[in-house]
Amino acid sequence: MPFLEAVRMALHMLRAQKLKSFFSLVGVVIGVTFLIAVVSIIQGMNVYMEDEFANRLIGLNTFQLRRMPGINTGEVSEETWRAWLRRPRLTYGDADYISARVRTPVHFSRYCSERLELRYAGKNARDIEVTGADASYFGIKTYDVPQGRPFSPQEVRASAAVVVLGDLVAEKLFERTDPIGKDVAIGGLPYRVIGVVAKQGTLFGLSMDKFAIVPFESPIRRQICMWNTMDELHIQAANASQMLAAMDEVESIMRVRRGLRPTQENNFALQNADGALEGWRKISTILFAALPGLVAISLVVGGIVIMNIMLMAVAERTREIGIRKALGARRRDILAQFVVESATLSTLGALLGIGLGIGLAYTVKALTPFPAAVAPWSVGLAVFLGIAVGMTAGIYPASRASKLDPIAALRSE
Amino acid sequence: MTDMVIRIRGLRRDYHMGSEVVQALRGVDLDIARNEYVAIMGPSGSGKSTMMNLIGCLDTPTGGEYWLNGHEVSRMSDDALARVRNREIGFVFQTFNLLPRATALQNVELPLVYAGVSTRERHARAQDALRRVGLADRMDHRPNELSGGQRQRVAIARALVNRPSILLADEPTGNLDSATSEEIMRVFESLHAGGQTVIMVTHEADIAAHAARTVILRDGVVHSDRPTRDAAA
Repeated sequence: MPFLEAVRMALHMLRAQKLKSFFSLVGVVIGVTFLIAVVSIIQGMNVYMEDEFANRLIGLNTFQLRRMPGINTGEVSEETWRAWLRRPRLTYGDADYISARVRTPVHFSRYCSERLELRYAGKNARDIEVTGADASYFGIKTYDVPQGRPFSPQEVRASAAVVVLGDLVAEKLFERTDPIGKDVAIGGLPYRVIGVVAKQGTLFGLSMDKFAIVPFESPIRRQICMWNTMDELHIQAANASQMLAAMDEVESIMRVRRGLRPTQENNFALQNADGALEGWRKISTILFAALPGLVAISLVVGGIVIMNIMLMAVAERTREIGIRKALGARRRDILAQFVVESATLSTLGALLGIGLGIGLAYTVKALTPFPAAVAPWSVGLAVFLGIAVGMTAGIYPASRASKLDPIAALRSE
Repeated sequence: MTDMVIRIRGLRRDYHMGSEVVQALRGVDLDIARNEYVAIMGPSGSGKSTMMNLIGCLDTPTGGEYWLNGHEVSRMSDDALARVRNREIGFVFQTFNLLPRATALQNVELPLVYAGVSTRERHARAQDALRRVGLADRMDHRPNELSGGQRQRVAIARALVNRPSILLADEPTGNLDSATSEEIMRVFESLHAGGQTVIMVTHEADIAAHAARTVILRDGVVHSDRPTRDAAA
């Protein structure tokens, strides 16, 4: 019997028993919904973590030289923590020493920050990340300054009291008026606003616009880092491979400067976006490892339910099978009919599950900051699993049907 | 010999009921020529249903030979028998045995589906068969929308659609009133007049009287085999 004929017969039969067919599909629907939704959400999280989180937090092709790691995965013991605190701080001398020796073309920016209060005309903004940096910092962070301008290297050298505000800070202090050229007080010191950075939005629901950037050695420096030291040195290369090369260079340069012997560990830390992603990668690996098990359980349950439904169908339609056999259906025709019917049923369930899964993924996308991304391979896999589960579940009932004795089958009620 | 549609020699069929062996047929000889109209009669327990199942290739004999259209079918495999049923035999059952959810047309098309006939040809041939039994205007009706006589005509159309060697009817009027029975018998007569070989299994003498020849089985053997007028006398 032609395949399409079998599918048409299967759909005909399913239409005749809508409710029963629907309930028999619940297991497959749940399994596939779960597969599509979880894969979509994990993939969305991956995109989010790699494109947004890491790059916005650290900067594209950028790494940081620090006294100790800033982003830690897993627990840090008391002892490690104390060892970290014994490390020497980074100095201006370190920055000069490195910039004189690194061969890979890179941009540097010294970096210090502290949470301080900003005031303007009786209004204040508390808990603002006041960052002292070099002029290259705007490029490293890919900050656009559509309103006003960033500060220049000359202003850094002159320790000018100028500030570029984050969008939220400008809004809070100036509301709808033009902030450019106005004088604000940062930690009590007067600064002139020369620019506002374009809105950065949120990350994990936290605003990324609550900051103010000032030239590294401007007057507020003494409130945000100790004399002659810095929190971090930000180093940006042109691409990922140059960044890795520069990291190696900086590591060996620093070891030489600190006079470390080969057996001694680094007494400084280098950190790039990969480090920040490590924690997420651990979580997503666990989720991906657990996923097949969870999907398999629902599909096995779904398959058993379909098998039962098909056994019932065979019992109810014994006479039909007898008629078909009397009219010339061979064993394999009856076998194909019921396997195709079962596979059609299960595939419909898979399609329903794909729809629900995509719906669920988009619901997550709408309600959370994570961009759910439906993976085409997961849809393909879901259809394949639907067909496979249906066929597997259909084989036993179909083989029972195909072995029925036509005489007895015709006589059944 | 060559125009014998059915040639049966020493046909036996035993059933095992636990330790007991029931001999339903104990050596039947029967020849049926092309375009004969034969009634097979007999009281219950005479072996007539077994005979019908064997002639219809729904069952295989314990012993003896059954040649259908020059092929020995008594030793064929299940699949080969299915093919013979599909091509050579048109069944008409007492209980019509139509698929309840399919239309008259779909029911008539069914043997053609298993014969591997293309959709278009299937439609044409099934419509033609339904026209021949006078149901041109009932093609899209489901069995429960048809009268008993109409259902049996759909079944006859289905039996004829693959142009079988024999039309095999099992108590074709058993579920019909006498007026409708006469109507169905007229259909059979016109088919016979058109050259169709018809074999009818029945226990009703007045139905058997429509056939030209009556074979009476008793206790698993042929008790009598003669033209109908003699048998009725």
